[in-house]
Order: sequence, then structure tokens, then C-alpha cells
Amino acid sequence: MPEQAWLIPALPLLAWILTFTVGPRMGERSSIFGIVALGLAFLLALQNLLAVLGGARASLSLPWLEMGEARFSMGFQVGPLEAVMLFMVTLVSWMVFIFSRGYMHGDDRFNRFYANICLFVAAMLTLVIADNFILFFAAWEVMGLCSYLLIGHWFRDLDNARAAIKAFLVTRVGDVGLMLGMFLLYVGTGSLRFEEVFARLQAVDPALLTFAAVMVFVGVAGKSAQVPLHIWLPDAMAGPTPVSALIHAATMVAAGVYLVARTYPLFEAAPGAMELAAFVGALTALVGALLATVQTDIKKVIAYSTISQLGLMILGLGAGGMAVGIFHLNTHSFFKALLFLAAGSVIHAAHTQDLHRMGGLFRKLPLTGVTFLVGTLALAGIPPLAGFFSKDEILLEAFHASSLLFWMAVAASFLTAYYMMRAVILAFFGSPRDEHVYSHAHESPPVMTLPLLVLSAFAVFGGLAGAPFLGHPFQSFLEPHGEGAPEGAGFVQAVAVGVALGGLALAWLIYGTRLVDRRALIRALYPLYFALKQKLFFDHLALGIARLTLVFRDLSAGADRYVVDGIAHGLAGLSLAVGAGVRRLGRGSAQGYALVMFAGLAVGLLIYLRVAGG
Amino acid sequence: MTGPSASHFFVLAAALFCLGLYAALRRRNAVLILMGIEMMLNAANLNLVAFARYLHPDPAPGQSFAVFVMAVAAAEVAVGLAIVLALARRRKTVDVNEINLMGG
Repeated sequence: MPEQAWLIPALPLLAWILTFTVGPRMGERSSIFGIVALGLAFLLALQNLLAVLGGARASLSLPWLEMGEARFSMGFQVGPLEAVMLFMVTLVSWMVFIFSRGYMHGDDRFNRFYANICLFVAAMLTLVIADNFILFFAAWEVMGLCSYLLIGHWFRDLDNARAAIKAFLVTRVGDVGLMLGMFLLYVGTGSLRFEEVFARLQAVDPALLTFAAVMVFVGVAGKSAQVPLHIWLPDAMAGPTPVSALIHAATMVAAGVYLVARTYPLFEAAPGAMELAAFVGALTALVGALLATVQTDIKKVIAYSTISQLGLMILGLGAGGMAVGIFHLNTHSFFKALLFLAAGSVIHAAHTQDLHRMGGLFRKLPLTGVTFLVGTLALAGIPPLAGFFSKDEILLEAFHASSLLFWMAVAASFLTAYYMMRAVILAFFGSPRDEHVYSHAHESPPVMTLPLLVLSAFAVFGGLAGAPFLGHPFQSFLEPHGEGAPEGAGFVQAVAVGVALGGLALAWLIYGTRLVDRRALIRALYPLYFALKQKLFFDHLALGIARLTLVFRDLSAGADRYVVDGIAHGLAGLSLAVGAGVRRLGRGSAQGYALVMFAGLAVGLLIYLRVAGG
Repeated sequence: MTGPSASHFFVLAAALFCLGLYAALRRRNAVLILMGIEMMLNAANLNLVAFARYLHPDPAPGQSFAVFVMAVAAAEVAVGLAIVLALARRRKTVDVNEINLMGG
């Protein structure tokens, strides 16, 4: 029932408390808390989704803080958007929790890991049902903390610790934007409750509104890894692979996209911010896809593909459809979690993440290989898998928004199919390139392959929820009053399928048949290759900005030392000097004092006579 | 015969006061400083009596006020001399320049 929706985040929260209180004495059995809690939460979310499908809605808002005129409330709300997100997050997280039990087996901080992912998911679920900016932001920050803790799970390796700090700091840049956006909205509307804010948007100055929306979007860009704040996401691969699946599919990056959907009325009221979002999304889709083509680490390929797909979601949201973006968010989370967990299974088996040392693993890992292939085809957008329907909708929206955005998205789709097929061929097909890796590889235990199969099912059939030939049930559920299917669907579909097949074929030509020599291609396109290997210099840009802040730091330190402290020290010195001067008058001679006293009296008298007598 | 007028007394009192002030501020001997203070007090007394005599219908208040001042001055000199005596015993000097314990 929607009225009990608050139980859904409460369950993992309880599991978190149990895991770190009772858990340490239970060894690896402590994972049972998280798995059971998430299972129950999933069932609740499923029941909740069915109830909401049946027309039920719920919201609860209690007064929380009153300071003079300012009143803040706390509460939750459940509607179609929340119900869908709750379902997706609990399902994907549950699968990740089960998978982790096998993947993290033998880790010396196993218990800590489970505690952290419980809190992570609890925060995400809280964020989903929050009905005001304050609770939303609190959960958002808890997720930032958890991602830091989890990316740095193996912090003994300094690179991992650095990656964790990088993720924390870069997303922090976005958080500042979101906070400013919140403040501006509060100034404009006098409330931080979503419903009230949206109801009062008409009365707000359009310039302020656009600025607030852009600031909120900066928060989205930080969390959902949009250019140029995407640099933390690939480094977040330093964490254990299930964490990557969690961050990339169900929680962290989904929060940013969800925020846009959550505050969609705000963006609709600020067309400038909407256009900015669409453009940044398209750019991110293209940049992420380009960068993914040169990665040799299997996880980084998938990481850049996440950036690219997040870009597509933001493009879909920005180009005009709330449901479209959320639809892709959901299908993407299924196949991206699938890809990450399958990659985790590969890494678990092969003990390497380097694609060039794999090869021929399909014979050793048939189940993992099939599920990875399913994820790849779904991501590439091959019909009738999930990715096809959701990506097609986004392309359609982009097609109607502007041809530039459309062709950027098409190029990203082409590259997506190419780099995913490249990863599949390098990892699973061809002859083994590293005999040691190959001979030691073995299929993962059922606790790991079972979640892969469940997620595969969703990656295959999940797209039907929004299929055009079924009348877009997903979209009309989220946006009951949305417009009908736009024109040009046939052309867009043909292009989408065409580029997807083209990308697959190109990867097959280069890596499968070797008809096109890879090295010759690198030589021919060397400047591009070099730029891509340098991540298109975004890290350099970030470092440059960081250095700039160091200059500002020195400037402000100097201002503090020489101006602020200077005034304080100067005043102190002045009074010391005055004291030293005055001290000469008080040498302890009573006659001297008397002289001064009489002189003063005489002067006073003279003045008195002048004034009174003159 | 014309007796002295009020101004004569005032000029005399002012001169007496200035001499006393000079002694109090410039002398190094504590006993002479006390004597200077006595001279200033007596200059004030002279003024009081002169005012009472020439400028006030009833001379009694001014004169009795002068008597009071004398009594208080006597007490003050007693205390002052006692301090000077104690100083002389303790420090073997009554030179005020050497008594500067309060010097900063």
C-alpha cells in the first residue's frame, strides 16, 4: 500500500543498523540482513507499484521546523514516478546484494561493505519518496558519503583512496549548485516542498527561475556525471564491481536524472535551462561514447558507456519528455547492472580487468558470456531488447527538438554499439591471449549467476513496458496527459537500428575478422586516438581549475594575513606605542602627578573663563 | 584713612597660594612639601575670611568655615608628618625623588 511506502527505505536502514551492530560477530552471514531487507523492500515496492497502477496515491507531510515566518515540513509522497523508481531501485539493488555475497566472499571488510551498501540504498529510496528539497538533499548527501566509502573500500591502495576523494569532491561541486538552486527557489516561492514550489512557480521572476533551474542542473551534472563533471565516474571503478553496478544503475547516477524528473515543472517553466540540459546531455552522450572506444579496462568501457547513456537520458528529459528520460533510466539500470555484474563475474573468474589479456572466455564462462551479450545488445539498442525502445523514444524527442542534437545522439548510439561489441569480442571470443588467465578461469557460483539471469530477463523484456505497439503504457502511466506519439517514428527507428547494426558490424570487422587492421587505424587517426587516451583533456581542465583555486587560496591567505591580520596587529601595535608614550608620564613621582593635575586644572579654568566669562 | 580693600587680600592670597604650590611641586623635602600644602590651605582661608568680611552680609559662616579648614589641616599635617616620620625611619630619607615605588 502506498501509505506504507516509508517502510521501503526503512528496511535497508534497519539492515544497516543491524549489520554494523550485530553483524561483526556473524562473519559473512551478516549479509543476510541486507539481502532479506532488500527482498522485503522489493516485495513492498512491487505491491506498491500495483496499488499505484490501480490508481492509489499517498502523501504525508508533517510540520518539522518553524522559525518565525519560515515553516518547513517533512514527509513523503508516492505517485507513478516514485512507484516506478522504488520498484527499479529495490529490484536492481536486491540483485546486487545477492551477487555481492559471492563476489565479496573472503574480503576482510565484508561486513563493512554490506553496511555501506545498505545505507546507500536506504538513502536512494529515501530520496525517491522525499516530498521536499530538504529530505531530498539530505539523502543525496548521504549517497555522496556512501559512494566515497564504497569507492574507497580497498583504500589500502592509494589510487583507490584518491579515486574516492575525487568522486567526493567533483560531486561536491554539483552539490553546491543544487544548494544554491534550493536557496533561490526558497527565495522565490517561500517553500521547499515540491508541490508548493511547483504551484507557485508562476509568480517567480523568470530570470531567477532560470538561474535556479540551471543551478539545480549543476547538481544533476555532478551526480549524474554530465560533461564536464563526469570525470569522477570512470575513476569510481576503483571500488568493488558490485558497487559500480549499484552506483551506475540503481543509486548514485540515477539520483541526478531522477532529480530532473522530480523537478520537471521547474524545468518546464525555465526553457533556457531545459535547452541547456538537452545540449549538455547530447554532448555528454557523444563524449562518453567516444572515450569508451579506447578503454582497455572492461569496467571502464562500461563506465564510459554509463556516462554516454546518462547523457542520452538528460537529452531525453531536456528535449521534452519526462517519461522518456525515466523510461531509459529504468531500462538502462537493468542492463547496466547486468553488464557490471557480468563484468564482475568475468573479473572474478579471470582475475584481470584488462580486455587485452582476456579472449576466448566464452567457453569457460558460458552463462556469464550469454548474459553479457544480452546486456550488450540491449545497450546497443537492438530490437526487441529493452534499450531499443527507450533509446528510440529519446532519439525521437531529439529529432523533434533539433537536428544537431539528433545527429549527436545517433553518433553516440553508433559508437555505443561499436565499443560494446568490441568489449564482447575481446573478452569472450577469439583465441585466448593470456594462457594463464584462460586456464584459471571458471564459471561463477549460482549466487552470482542467478542475479545475472534475473536482470537478463528484465533487460530483454523490460522495454515492452514502453513499446509503441502497446501504446506506450509506461509513458502514459507517468504522464497521463502527455502528448501522443510524435511524427517521424519510422525514420528514427530505421536510423537507430541501422547505426546500432553498423556499430556492431564495424567492431566485428576490426576485432572479429581483423579485415581492418587495428594498428593501422590507430596510426591513421593518431591525433584523435591520443586525445581520447588523454580523456579529451577533461582531467587537465579540472586540474587547471583546481590550480586556479590554489591561486585564489594564496590570494585570500595573503589578504587575511596582511590586511585582516594587519589591521588587528596594527591596532595592537598602536595601543602598545601609546602605552609606551603614556608610561613616561607615570614615573611614580607624586609631585609630577600633582603638577599635571594643577596644569590641567589651570587649563580647565582658563577654558571655563573663556567660555563662561568671554 | 582708607583700609585695605578686598582686592588686596585676594592678590595676597593668590601670591601665597602660588608660593605654596611651588613649594609643594618643586621641593624635594617631604616636610617642606607639607608646609607648602599648609600655605595653600591658608591662602584659601584668607580668601574665605576676606569674602566673608567684604562681600557677605553675615561674616560668621565664612569665618567658621576657615576655622574648620584649620582643624582639618591640623589633622592632615599630623597624618602627613607621621607618614614622613615612618618614611624617614624606614628609608633613611625624606627626599621624594627617591620614593618612586609606584613608578611604571
